[in-house]
Amino acid sequence: MVTTIGRSSRWWFAIGIAALCVALLAGVMIGPAGPTWWRVPLVFLDKLPFITIDSGVSTSEWLIVWQLRTPRVLLAALVGAMLSVSGASYQGVFRNPLVDPYLLGVAAGAGLGATFVFTVNRAGTSGWLVDPLPLAAFIGGLLAVFVTYVVGTAFGGDRSSTTLVLAGVAVTSLTTALQTFMLQRNTDVVRQVYSWILGRLSTATWDDVRLVVPYVVISTTALLLHRRLLDVLRVGDDEASALGTNVRRVRLVVVVAATLGTAAAVAVSGLIGFVGIVVPHAVRLLCGTSYRVVLPMSLFVGAAFLILADIPGRILDNPAETPIGVVTAFLGAPFFLLLLRTRQVAR
Amino acid sequence: MTSLALENVSVSYARRQALVGFSDLVKPGEWLCLIGPNGAGKSSLLRAIVGTTSHTGRVLIDGVALSSRPQRRRAQLVAYVPQTPVLPPDMTGREYVLLGRNPFVSHFGSEAHHDKSFVNDILARLDLESLADRKLANLSGGERQRLVVARAIAQEAPVLLLDEPTSALDIGHQQKALELVDKLRREHGLTVVSAMHDLTLAGTYADRLSLIHEGHVVASGTPTEVLRAETLAEFYGVSVNVHTEPDGAIAIIPRRSS
Repeated sequence: MVTTIGRSSRWWFAIGIAALCVALLAGVMIGPAGPTWWRVPLVFLDKLPFITIDSGVSTSEWLIVWQLRTPRVLLAALVGAMLSVSGASYQGVFRNPLVDPYLLGVAAGAGLGATFVFTVNRAGTSGWLVDPLPLAAFIGGLLAVFVTYVVGTAFGGDRSSTTLVLAGVAVTSLTTALQTFMLQRNTDVVRQVYSWILGRLSTATWDDVRLVVPYVVISTTALLLHRRLLDVLRVGDDEASALGTNVRRVRLVVVVAATLGTAAAVAVSGLIGFVGIVVPHAVRLLCGTSYRVVLPMSLFVGAAFLILADIPGRILDNPAETPIGVVTAFLGAPFFLLLLRTRQVAR
Repeated sequence: MTSLALENVSVSYARRQALVGFSDLVKPGEWLCLIGPNGAGKSSLLRAIVGTTSHTGRVLIDGVALSSRPQRRRAQLVAYVPQTPVLPPDMTGREYVLLGRNPFVSHFGSEAHHDKSFVNDILARLDLESLADRKLANLSGGERQRLVVARAIAQEAPVLLLDEPTSALDIGHQQKALELVDKLRREHGLTVVSAMHDLTLAGTYADRLSLIHEGHVVASGTPTEVLRAETLAEFYGVSVNVHTEPDGAIAIIPRRSS
């Protein structure tokens, strides 16, 4: 019955939310410095109005939790959720399981924008009111996708999404070439650019969280609203349109929303690979392929995954930080293979 | 009961004209069958009616141009069974048939309770309940075909377009599928336009045939008028015997040339 599908998806959502809560807690409790882990929930309770608990946490320890760990955990959650939901949505509108949110050139464009700031004069921007690095990455990412879309739809003419994907490949190559050229001319910034590209959450502040929240909220809301329509698109452009769906409009809105959110995420955290493609697939393996389940679950699982993936990076070779992009792939790939294997066996 | 008028419908791809100035009036409850060799323009015509290929000329439903209606409304009027439907392997039979309710669900809404019970009714009526919770990947060609027809029925559209609905089926399932369409046509007064390769089946079920050759209509009328040995020889380049049973049923029998 239809109702049983609804019931099982509700169970999955409950599990997803629970996993996210556990990850959030673990994220604020674990770190190289700061209070003993079990005191952290107490100190949060103590800060609530009308509740007074003697948590035994000093003010400096509280600052570590509140000013360093909490924004970092929240940023990881926002970025992880955004990349996963965008990835799942891109896979839906392009009906291609190998697509990730960087497909249409966001990553390359953002990389070019960031490289531009590094090569022109990174040191000189330290006194600026607004840090131009995330701004340049954001604008670069959006510009690249805009060019892809204009070129792809102009040449593609009709409904085909293949031209759009190919235009994305071309724009990505062009942008990457430009970036490489700039780097070759300014080899002194290679290391900085490289570490930006690998992605990081270590410098996360409340400002970053505030910067990215509006985009993530708007984008994920728009994408989640399209979850049923993404199911309709599964039968292809022609049939979806014969079933009364304006395919081009749906694709445009989904691409714009996913790109906006991804560009914002990339701007504050660099290029964190792997999440946008593997989290949606892990979700599909566990909970089925309907986008009504895949999109919300990608949000929960993506957020939880990136929080948890960020934890070993903080403590492993302390005080240096392992780039988050390395950890996501290093932890995620074996887990994904394991999941793939167990599911194949179960079938 | 709904009529379908086609006025001077033409379709071209790049430099090739696939269909030239097709005009016809399909009366309410009538079954028009398009026949003709491969590449004659049958599928192009169906795709033009459903609006998935650009075309010139007009398609009118009960006198109103289909192109003037919003897309959702168009899907409430015309249901389409494509020649090679895309079947998401992990989708269940019920989920697939539920897609047919898409024209009745608002853009960001989800299916109402009555949409779901309507689909359950269709599954029961078409004897597909056993397929409801199975994945499309695990079904046979005939089972899938019946689900595609069920999805079109779920659209509750008065005009039903079928593109080679039986090409993948064995003779038993061919007959079952067409009997089903014919039954639904009688029960609900559906207006049916289908493209078919099997001339005997086309002659058995259609009220009227339209023979298309290289984009042009070359013969049109009742099965007896169109299915004549010399006509088929001219446009299909085949040698056949046309055999008429005492009850009027027509059988096309190919002949060996040597």
